[in-house]
Amino acid sequence: MTQPALEIRALRKSYRNGFEALKGIDLKVAEGSFFALLGPNGAGKSTTIGIVTSLISKTSGKVTVFGHDLDREIQEVKRNIGLVPQEFNFNNFEPVAEVVVNQAGYYGIPRREAWQRARHYLGELGLWDRRKDMARTLSGGMKRRLMIARALVHEPRLLILDEPTAGVDIELRRSMWEFLQDINCDGRSIILTTHYLEEAERLCRNIAIIDHGRIVENTTMRSLLAKLDTETVVLELRAAAHQLPAHDSIRLRRIDDLTLEADINRGEDLNHLFQLLDGAGIRVQSMRNKTNRLEELFIRMTQTVESTGLDTRRAS
Amino acid sequence: MNPLHLHENWTALRTIVIKEVLRFARIWVQTVLPPMVTMALYFIIFGGLIGSRIGEMDGIRYMDFIVPGLIMLAVITNSYSNVVSSFFSSKFQRHIEELLVSPVPNSLIILGFVGGGVARGLAVGAGVTVVSLFFSPFSLHSLPVTLSVVVMTSIVFALAGLINGVFARTFDDISIVPTFVLTPLTYLGGVFYSVSLLPDFWQGVSQLNPILYMVNAFRYGLLGTTDLPLALSYGIIIAFIVGLYLFALILLNKGVGVRS
Repeated sequence: MTQPALEIRALRKSYRNGFEALKGIDLKVAEGSFFALLGPNGAGKSTTIGIVTSLISKTSGKVTVFGHDLDREIQEVKRNIGLVPQEFNFNNFEPVAEVVVNQAGYYGIPRREAWQRARHYLGELGLWDRRKDMARTLSGGMKRRLMIARALVHEPRLLILDEPTAGVDIELRRSMWEFLQDINCDGRSIILTTHYLEEAERLCRNIAIIDHGRIVENTTMRSLLAKLDTETVVLELRAAAHQLPAHDSIRLRRIDDLTLEADINRGEDLNHLFQLLDGAGIRVQSMRNKTNRLEELFIRMTQTVESTGLDTRRAS
Repeated sequence: MNPLHLHENWTALRTIVIKEVLRFARIWVQTVLPPMVTMALYFIIFGGLIGSRIGEMDGIRYMDFIVPGLIMLAVITNSYSNVVSSFFSSKFQRHIEELLVSPVPNSLIILGFVGGGVARGLAVGAGVTVVSLFFSPFSLHSLPVTLSVVVMTSIVFALAGLINGVFARTFDDISIVPTFVLTPLTYLGGVFYSVSLLPDFWQGVSQLNPILYMVNAFRYGLLGTTDLPLALSYGIIIAFIVGLYLFALILLNKGVGVRS
C-alpha cells in the first residue's frame, strides 16, 4: 500500500502571545494527487505549510511525509519536499543559475549534475537565457518561475506551492498551470494554496478549506462542487424586458433594463432557461457566470464558521 | 548527522562555502580592499611616523612589533563581519529558508558560514601581510604556530559573528558588537603595545581579554616573542571554539532567530 504524500494529525500551533494559528487539524493528501488548500488570509494555510517544511515549529500533533515522521526523520521529510513560498526568498544578488545550483547542492547533488538539472528546469520555465543575470533583475513572473525551478531541482516527490501565481499575468498563469499539470501527470504530488479559486477548480482534484485554524471541508473537488444547489448566471439582453416569466426552479430578477440575473437550481437544464426567456420574447445577447462556483462555496463555508462562533481569534 | 549521507553532506558543505566565498569575492572592493588600505595607513602612521619615535618594544623595532597585531586585527574583524553580515542578510532577505527547508544539518550550516568567514579572514590577512612587506621585512619563527593560530582565531570570530547574526533583528544589531566590543578588545589586546608595559593591575585586567592570547600567540609564530605562555593561548582559543560552536548549534537547533 502506498503511503500518503502528506498526513497531518491533530496539528496545533500556538504562539507566545496566545494566538492559536492551528487548532488541531487533520489532513491527508494521497500520493500523486493535485491538492488545493484554500482559506482566507490568516486562516492557517501558510502556518501549516511552514510546519510541514520545518520553517515553523509545531506546538503538538504529528506530520508524516511519505511515511517519514517529521519528529524522527526530519532529513527524509525534507528530501521529499520542494517548496515554492509565497514571498520571494532567494538571494537577489546571486545569478539566476546559482540560486538553483546552490539549492541542488544543499540536497547533496554534485555540482556538475546540479548544473544539468538547472539547465533543464530553467529551460522548461523559460529562464535559461537569463541564467547569468542577477536574480533581482527578473520580473515578478520570472521570479515566481525561478522559485519553481529551485523547488524542483532536487526532484521532490511532493511539491508545495504557496500562492505561486500571485501577481502573475493571465497568459503566464495559464502556462504555469500547464507546467504544473504536466509534472503532476508525471506522478509528483502537488499541494497548492491560492487565492484564485478558478485556479484551484481547474487544477486540483482534491480540496481542503481551512478557516480560523480548523479544516472546515476536506473532500474531492467534484463532490464539493456538487454541494452547490444553485448557480447564478448574468444575462445581457438585446432589448429591455418589460415582464419577467416565473418558474419553480429558475428565478429571474432585473439588475437594469438590459441585464438580468438567473438563479438556476442544480439539475436544471440551461435549455429550460432559454425556452422560458424565448417564450417571454426576451432576446439574450450574452451570458456569463456571476461568480466562480468554487468561490461561492468558499465564501459560504468560511462565513458559516464565522456565524457558528468558532472564531476565537478576536477573543484571544 | 547520518553517516549514510556523508557524500551528500560533504557536497552541501562545499556548496555553502563556495556560495559564501563567491559572495564576498563578488564585492571584493567592499570586503577585501578596504582593510588593506586601512592597515596600510596604520603602518604609515603608527609604525612609520609615531613608531620611529617609540623605538623598540620588547626588544623589537616598533614597526615589526605591530605587524602581527595588525594582521590579526584584520583577520578578526573580517572573519566576524563576513559571517554576521552574511547570516543576517540571509535572514533579512529570507534566503536562509533555502537552507532551513533542505536536509543540511545545522552543524554543517555553521561550518559552511564559518568556512566563508575564515576564507575572508585569511584572504584579508594575506593581503595585509603583503602590504606589511612594504614597511617591514618578512619574519617567520614558526609556520605551524602562525598558521594554526591565525586559522583558529579566525574560526573563533567567525563563530562569534554567526551567533551575533542569529540574535540580530536590525542592521544596528550587527554593528553594535563589532563597534563596542570587538574593536576595543582588539585594540586593548596588545596590538600596539606589550602588556608588560602596563601596571600590574591593568596587566591582570588585560589577561581577561581573550584577544590578547591570540595576538601574542600569533606574534610568537612570526617573531618568536610573547608575553604569555603559548600552551595557555592554545587552550583558550580551543575552549572558545568548542564553547561558541556548541552555543551556535544549540541556538540553531532551537531555531532561535530563524524559526517561529
